[in-house]
Amino acid sequence: MAAPRILILRAPGANCDAETQFAFERAGGIPERIHVNRLREQPNLLQRFQVLVVPGGFTYGDDVAAGKILANQLAYFLSDALRQFRDAEKLILGVCNGFQVLLKAGLLIPPDEDGPLATLTNNTSGHFDDRWIYLQAAPGNCPFLRGCERLHLPVAHGEGNFICREPWFLKGLEQANQIVLRYVDANGKPGPYPVNPNGSQGDVAGVCDMTGRVLGLMPHPERHVLPTQHPRWTRNGLAEEGDGLQIFRNAVEYFE
Amino acid sequence: MLWEVEIEAKGRDAERDRVRDEYDLLTSSRRGTELVRRSTRGYLLEGELGEPQARRLMDDLLADPVVERAHLTEIVDPPAHVDSTAYTVLLKPGVMDPVAQSVLDTAHGLSVPLAAVRTFRRYEVNPAADGALKALHKVLANDAIEQIVVGPLSPEHLGIGTPYTFRLIAVPLRELDNAGLERLSRDGQLSLSLDEMKTIQAHFQALGRDPTDVELETLAQTWSEHCSHKTLKGTIDFNGRRIDNLLKETIFGATQELRKRFGADDWCVSVFEDNAGVVRFTDEYHVCFKVETHNHPSAIEPYGGANTGLGGVIRDPMGTGLGAKPICNTDVFCFAPPDTLPESLPPGVLHPMKVMKGVVAGVRDYGNRMGIPTVNGAVCFDPRYLGNPLVYCGTVGLIPVSRCTKEPQAGDLIVTVGGRTGRDGIHGATFSSLQLTAESEQVSGGAVQIGNAIAEKKLLDVVLQARDRNLYHAITDCGAGGFSSAVGEMGEKLGALVALEKAPLKYEGLSYTEIWISESQERMILAVPRDKWDELRALCASEDVEATAIGTFEATGRLRLSYQGNQVADLEMKFVHDGRPNVVRKATWRAGIVDTPPVAGVVIPPARQEDFNETLRKVLSSLNVCSKEWIVRQYDHEVQGGSVIKPLVGVHDDGPGDAAVVMPVLGSNMGLAIGCGLNPCLGDFDPYAMAAAAIDEAVRNVVAVGADPKRIAILDNFCWGNTNRPEVLGSLVRAAEACRDIALAYGTPFISGKDSLNNEYHSGDRHITIPPTLLISALGQVPDVRRCVTMDLKEAGNALFLLGITRNEMGGSHYNAACGIAGGNVPQVDPSLAPRVFEKLHAAMQRGLLRSCHDLSEGGLAVAVAEMAFAGEIGADLKLGASESDAVALFSESPTRFLIEVMPANVAAVQVCFDDVPLVPIGQTCREPRLRIAGRNGEWIVWASLADLKEAWQKPLRW
Repeated sequence: MAAPRILILRAPGANCDAETQFAFERAGGIPERIHVNRLREQPNLLQRFQVLVVPGGFTYGDDVAAGKILANQLAYFLSDALRQFRDAEKLILGVCNGFQVLLKAGLLIPPDEDGPLATLTNNTSGHFDDRWIYLQAAPGNCPFLRGCERLHLPVAHGEGNFICREPWFLKGLEQANQIVLRYVDANGKPGPYPVNPNGSQGDVAGVCDMTGRVLGLMPHPERHVLPTQHPRWTRNGLAEEGDGLQIFRNAVEYFE
Repeated sequence: MLWEVEIEAKGRDAERDRVRDEYDLLTSSRRGTELVRRSTRGYLLEGELGEPQARRLMDDLLADPVVERAHLTEIVDPPAHVDSTAYTVLLKPGVMDPVAQSVLDTAHGLSVPLAAVRTFRRYEVNPAADGALKALHKVLANDAIEQIVVGPLSPEHLGIGTPYTFRLIAVPLRELDNAGLERLSRDGQLSLSLDEMKTIQAHFQALGRDPTDVELETLAQTWSEHCSHKTLKGTIDFNGRRIDNLLKETIFGATQELRKRFGADDWCVSVFEDNAGVVRFTDEYHVCFKVETHNHPSAIEPYGGANTGLGGVIRDPMGTGLGAKPICNTDVFCFAPPDTLPESLPPGVLHPMKVMKGVVAGVRDYGNRMGIPTVNGAVCFDPRYLGNPLVYCGTVGLIPVSRCTKEPQAGDLIVTVGGRTGRDGIHGATFSSLQLTAESEQVSGGAVQIGNAIAEKKLLDVVLQARDRNLYHAITDCGAGGFSSAVGEMGEKLGALVALEKAPLKYEGLSYTEIWISESQERMILAVPRDKWDELRALCASEDVEATAIGTFEATGRLRLSYQGNQVADLEMKFVHDGRPNVVRKATWRAGIVDTPPVAGVVIPPARQEDFNETLRKVLSSLNVCSKEWIVRQYDHEVQGGSVIKPLVGVHDDGPGDAAVVMPVLGSNMGLAIGCGLNPCLGDFDPYAMAAAAIDEAVRNVVAVGADPKRIAILDNFCWGNTNRPEVLGSLVRAAEACRDIALAYGTPFISGKDSLNNEYHSGDRHITIPPTLLISALGQVPDVRRCVTMDLKEAGNALFLLGITRNEMGGSHYNAACGIAGGNVPQVDPSLAPRVFEKLHAAMQRGLLRSCHDLSEGGLAVAVAEMAFAGEIGADLKLGASESDAVALFSESPTRFLIEVMPANVAAVQVCFDDVPLVPIGQTCREPRLRIAGRNGEWIVWASLADLKEAWQKPLRW
């Protein structure tokens, strides 16, 4: 099969689209950045692609709440196209703001009759934080994380605190193998801030939907593609590639 | 109908905690916790929407039911019930409210008939708080942009502005005498001197008419210090010597001479011409850099001031050539110490802690939203920044080689793109509105604005696409002076005709003059050929950016403005730009005229009695030296993916890197190092030495991480007191002369600069003048980022060398400050040695001979080695040479020095490499996590655990 085409969704305030494009190019995909307005005009555009990425940034300024306005747009105007896309065995990835968007649009965890079951809200530190963290992957059936174990990636957000409406729901997600990424320390152990940089319940850093084909995560894999992006390369030497590249390569190889 | 959505957090009430902490800080009390019972936030929604629609907006958009509880109520007049414990804080009418704007736009997208939105915060105040209300008000709201409504809201209307009826205003000045002219300038807040007023008077007398108000405003704006830099470009009588144009003779002059010296290899592209200075980078791209200040607005409203300060400087690269892509930001702040006693604050001055938090948040929210990494900065504390904090923001841009020049053509449309025009930044503008309190509200249009980063991000997105599609001939940003400045500058050689009523407005009621001089943010002006206009308009519309043609560039040599068909201005471009009379100022400088009297030699306590462990901890804990991690982490310094050397480095990513390195073109391995130098402590001794040291520090920083010393461009930003006082101007002349001398010696051209004069605070009999503060920013090119070096010690068993000469230069040092010692010798740069040191260091790095490298700056050798050791969690043993004093060896701040770490196998090669510059072996690294330093008599005078030193360094600003 030919290299998959990746739609990187631009929107006012999205700002990690260029480096996400670079990451997918490195991984052998054919990424294209497309504005959400084009997609709204022509929802069928989506069907020409195999992967949809909602990149990081501050869509619509994160006014109201992080990712909320773009999430609303997806839910109101593109829900049919998105469902069709997902049901066609295709992949959807949301990074940082994109995770907030996917979650609040109900694409990761569908709401029940009482509303949404989980959200991403203000870090318990009370402010935006840019720092490198370790992740423990539990890939389950999530193709993006195939073969991933421990990842070292940066987070950079103010609203990454994953909270469930009821405590039992977190358990449910765990049992369904939907919690695919957790914050850990360098040795793989959970810990308080700054190991868990935002206070997320269960140290949740990334979740996937029931199918595993929709993934949202707060850390930025596209910021660790080149070895020079690592904060300690002058100490430890240059690696072959950054930890994050695997996620993009997995997405590309899923279609081979 | 008017609906109120009130939202309460289910978990921690963070805003209540903020109010408590700030109240306690300001009043040195512990009452904050009982004053406010809870806080909420919310929205006022006005429009023809019924309850179901309002509820749907609330549930689907405004509140997050997982973590918040929301209530919907209809606001009726008279109110359903009166609750006088509710304090509602609203932005004043006309102040930018990005959240309200987003809600309005989103609602329209969902076809909800919303007409107006305002956001609010609300506090339930303890009725027993009576005596505390004055202080509490200050904590709840900032009067400059916000208002407090006590009790119920009863608005009838949220819209602002009233219709404007055109009336041409002429200003009769032809008959005025000197006193009359001066009064006119003062009352109209024109800030024009008598000389300038007389020149204008003579011009209009010759024309046989009076100027209109908008003509006079145009001249005042174009001739302002801010836009024309008339002091530094004017004539200065310096101790009897005539300087025709200080900038030309010093800073520009040095660059011109260097460019001649570079010859065919001249890598400057456009310097001191465009909105940012441009230099060559690769075959495909040039880079540009600009640094600006936003001091006065930040003093009044720290968040908004810093916010719009950064927003403004980002538009400079965007408006350079045909538009550069911003690739990183810098920020440098000067504050009074955050532990300043609240009782000591002069009237109207915000507490420095509040200023600092607001400024950091303002930079954070704009830079992060724009998706531009903030990679380098500095913070400097001095009590003299109390009423007058300094906020420097800089932006580096990347621009394709073919997009570096612009030239508007006759017939091009004048197009405004981006934000709408309001009364923002119009001095003294006030207007009444139909308002929330049923009382007339005054808007302080003045200096205070809030930015809307997403408006600017959208603007950037379309500008870069339009640039690549060749849709315009020229671009510039609307900064100070608004359209007047942007159109005036762009049309200087051509002429322009503008129909002011075409400009899209935020609200009704602006006069033609207000439209012309408004400083509303997030706007740019393009010169668009007529055959590209449709394509440009369609492109902008496709990404929800407003673009409006407001006039035409025309080859008339005149600036003509009209409003609804009436001519309101007709000025000769030549008079606007070249008509200003030359400014003549007096300047004096005499060695010895300083605030702190210099003392010859050094006063140092007897070494035997000094506990250097304690002194080292004290210096590490001083505010200028200590860790700024609290600030750095709030900035996204990695967005765009180009980060190579981060601001924080080391085994725990928390050591103080010398400079940041970014890779603007991903995967290319060509890098840019960004650093800065600023040392106002030295200015009290000699502004010449201060400027030289600042350049040395900026250059040192970027060379320390791997920049090629032959490819370093520098920028100057002067922040000075009132230069009408000869001694203040004299100190500036001294600093400018150092800039010339050192730039020439180092071969580092100045490519851009800016000055901010009159940084003083006056109230009653209290006058505070800032120390003369020169920021030097450096943009160094890194030929191969894989050769970059960081400051953290790497492994045990390596040799440490001190590069450079340590002299008895304790004047203005952080050691002296920590020990309460005045005087001393001010550090002097050696202009013949320094360039050789930089060159050799770079050569050693290119050969991969260095494991770590740290420049010696604040706190000298002792602080540098401590920082290297705790950043790398590798110990070090040092042995000081036979200097005259251990204190000098440890803490002198002599410039052009580095501490380098070398693996044993490379020691011989390093010694050869540095054969003709001073390099002394000074110690080695070790596994034990401690720092030991032996004094000149061989005894350990420092013996401290790294954890202990690190704690001292991290604690003060770990907020």
